[in-house]
Amino acid sequence: MTGVKSPTMMDASRYARQLKLNRRHMIAASAGAAGLAAAGRSARSVRAQDAVTLTQWYHQYGEAGTQEAAARYAAEYSEVNPDVTVEMVWVPGDYSATALPAALLTDDGPDVFEGSPSLAMVDAGQIEPLDDLFTEEVMADFNPVNIAAATINDSIYGVKMLDDLGLLYYRRSILDEAGIAPPTTMDELIAAAQALDTGRVKGLFLGNDGGVSALIHIAPWSAGVEFLDAANNEITFGNERTVVAYQKVRELHGSGALLVGAPTDWWDPSAFNQGLTAMQWTGLWAMPGIQAALGDDFGVVPWPALDGDGSPATFWGGWTEMVNARGQHIEESKEFVRWLWIENTAAQQDWNLAYGFHVPPRISAAESAEPLQSGAPAEAVTILNEHGRVLGPLWTGAMNTIITDALSNILNSGADIEETVATAAEQCQAELDRNLA
Amino acid sequence: MGTKREATFAFWVFMAPILLGLLVFTFVPIGWGFLLSLSDARNSVDIGNFIGLDNYAFMLQSPQFQDSLITIIIFTIFIVPLTLFASLGLAMLVNGAGWGRGIFRTAFFIPTAISYVIASLIWRMGLFSGVPSGVMNVVLYEWFGIEAPISWITSSNPPWYWLVLVTVRLWLQVGLYMIIFIAGLQEIPRSLYEAAFVDGARSGWMTFRHITLPMLRNTLVAVLLLNFIAAFQAFDEFWNIMGGTAASAGNRSLARPPLVYLYQVALGDQDYGRGTAGAFILTAIIVGVTLLQGRFFGFGRST
Repeated sequence: MTGVKSPTMMDASRYARQLKLNRRHMIAASAGAAGLAAAGRSARSVRAQDAVTLTQWYHQYGEAGTQEAAARYAAEYSEVNPDVTVEMVWVPGDYSATALPAALLTDDGPDVFEGSPSLAMVDAGQIEPLDDLFTEEVMADFNPVNIAAATINDSIYGVKMLDDLGLLYYRRSILDEAGIAPPTTMDELIAAAQALDTGRVKGLFLGNDGGVSALIHIAPWSAGVEFLDAANNEITFGNERTVVAYQKVRELHGSGALLVGAPTDWWDPSAFNQGLTAMQWTGLWAMPGIQAALGDDFGVVPWPALDGDGSPATFWGGWTEMVNARGQHIEESKEFVRWLWIENTAAQQDWNLAYGFHVPPRISAAESAEPLQSGAPAEAVTILNEHGRVLGPLWTGAMNTIITDALSNILNSGADIEETVATAAEQCQAELDRNLA
Repeated sequence: MGTKREATFAFWVFMAPILLGLLVFTFVPIGWGFLLSLSDARNSVDIGNFIGLDNYAFMLQSPQFQDSLITIIIFTIFIVPLTLFASLGLAMLVNGAGWGRGIFRTAFFIPTAISYVIASLIWRMGLFSGVPSGVMNVVLYEWFGIEAPISWITSSNPPWYWLVLVTVRLWLQVGLYMIIFIAGLQEIPRSLYEAAFVDGARSGWMTFRHITLPMLRNTLVAVLLLNFIAAFQAFDEFWNIMGGTAASAGNRSLARPPLVYLYQVALGDQDYGRGTAGAFILTAIIVGVTLLQGRFFGFGRST
């Protein structure tokens, strides 16, 4: 392996080969076929017997260059650890709902993968506790929110790779012209959206479902509501504050100032960039595109507080690296995760900031990252640290379906809010009880 | 005797692969699925943690599952009669065309070859896009002077999304059923019409009502059955038009058929026990209605 070919060419061809191998690997659920694939691999390999191959899965990131970057980290790890080969697999399509869970049901899943840790994964014996990676020093370098989001039954099951958050973007020039200040309460937001709605340019874009999926959690959060209590055994959103929060969402929805039916959804800044709306709820990841389109004619605020008793809020999202508890090489996998997402500050900054725009989860990596030091990006980091909220590993997709239906019924079918919220909370509590049993 | 043994051998050579395929890919999964529906199988497809009929009880009581059944019944009420009338009408027009019969037949049949996903995207992002430049909004503005663009998919009052969902399936499947009707029409002996004309019948409603329709009964019932089963298994257009990705999941709450809900439960929430239980309930409904329909219309009985 002398450097005759350029490193990128070599990476690309090796990557293509690995992808093919892994496609087959993924489809072949039976041990026999997996054995064949392994035999094919060892026949080509001239490594010593203790050589280990780890598979690492990523979902398909939208940003150009991410796939090459992930392959590069894997190759770099082999350079420092010649006994370990990391096969990076880029999985297109429905990663979180289909590809990854299906692979984790077999004995042949990836060794290392990204996702969101959940109680169900722990109960099914799918993910390995990573407590020994979190020394005191490491613990202090992660925001407690990121630690809590990966902590299940007092063990830490994942290392955060990437932090994301939602932001309310507004066109500075349009608001200045209308003499409107960036909204700090829900009432101000509704008034601003209505005042800025000229028909051709709508006031606010929250997604093509009129804000249901964007606001199911954020509206109650902005009222000071938590979805689960601190001890994580009770659903706590079934109260008067949630009712008021959803009531205000209905008011906003009914104001006629929202953009709906845009070509792309809220996660994409096209509607904002093309001037279809004066304000839009989207993520930090959209900021480079907005800067390129609008220069500095924009500002960001968190989702405004419901009222004086509430507080601004946003979601604290992103991806978490986990280790497959059914993998053959758990220790090697943990070492790789430590190297990449705990020790390798350069890779973490590259991954979060060189392609899209995210916040490196390690505090020291974020603090030393040049692009996050000033302007809107710096504001976004402050918003994340002050107002970012997580649902936690006990909140499930089934619960999301329940409250999505609830808010949709409130907005679209004129359902009684108090009753709908109470029923949804009961349904979620039944889910939680079942999961904790 | 040798030929008989050879025939038997040939039979098994030809039939074994398909029987084996059916066994491995259809019957084993059905049996496995049934056992899963009686198990507590979360993040797992292992059988053994049997919990009786709990999964069935949950699905039957689940407001989401009940709503999905209502959704699919509404959809079926729209799509089945519409498809039946449109495809029979087209078949009679095409069959009676003086020239270009082949061209028309092909033209109406072509949409059948298009994937539901692609058609759904055309419907959502092209024809029924909610922005003023969406095709239907342009048509409304140019021809009828309606200025305010309609957000076809999000609008719940009136529920325009039904127009989007029904028309896309109608366009995709009407050609296929038209071909089946044309085949049925060509089976009817010309002599029946000639005899009727001799007896003084007039061409049109009279011959249609008393000759065409009775002679088409088996075709009609077959189309009705196929159409009903296909409607109850609707997934692609609902999935791609009422959401498509994680964003705007709120639209999915407006019209979520059983298969979309079961997909969310089984794959999204990784609850294979509840997911398969719902699938068996749905199967029971389809089988029950099909049997009733067969009894009512006398499917397969000679005319």
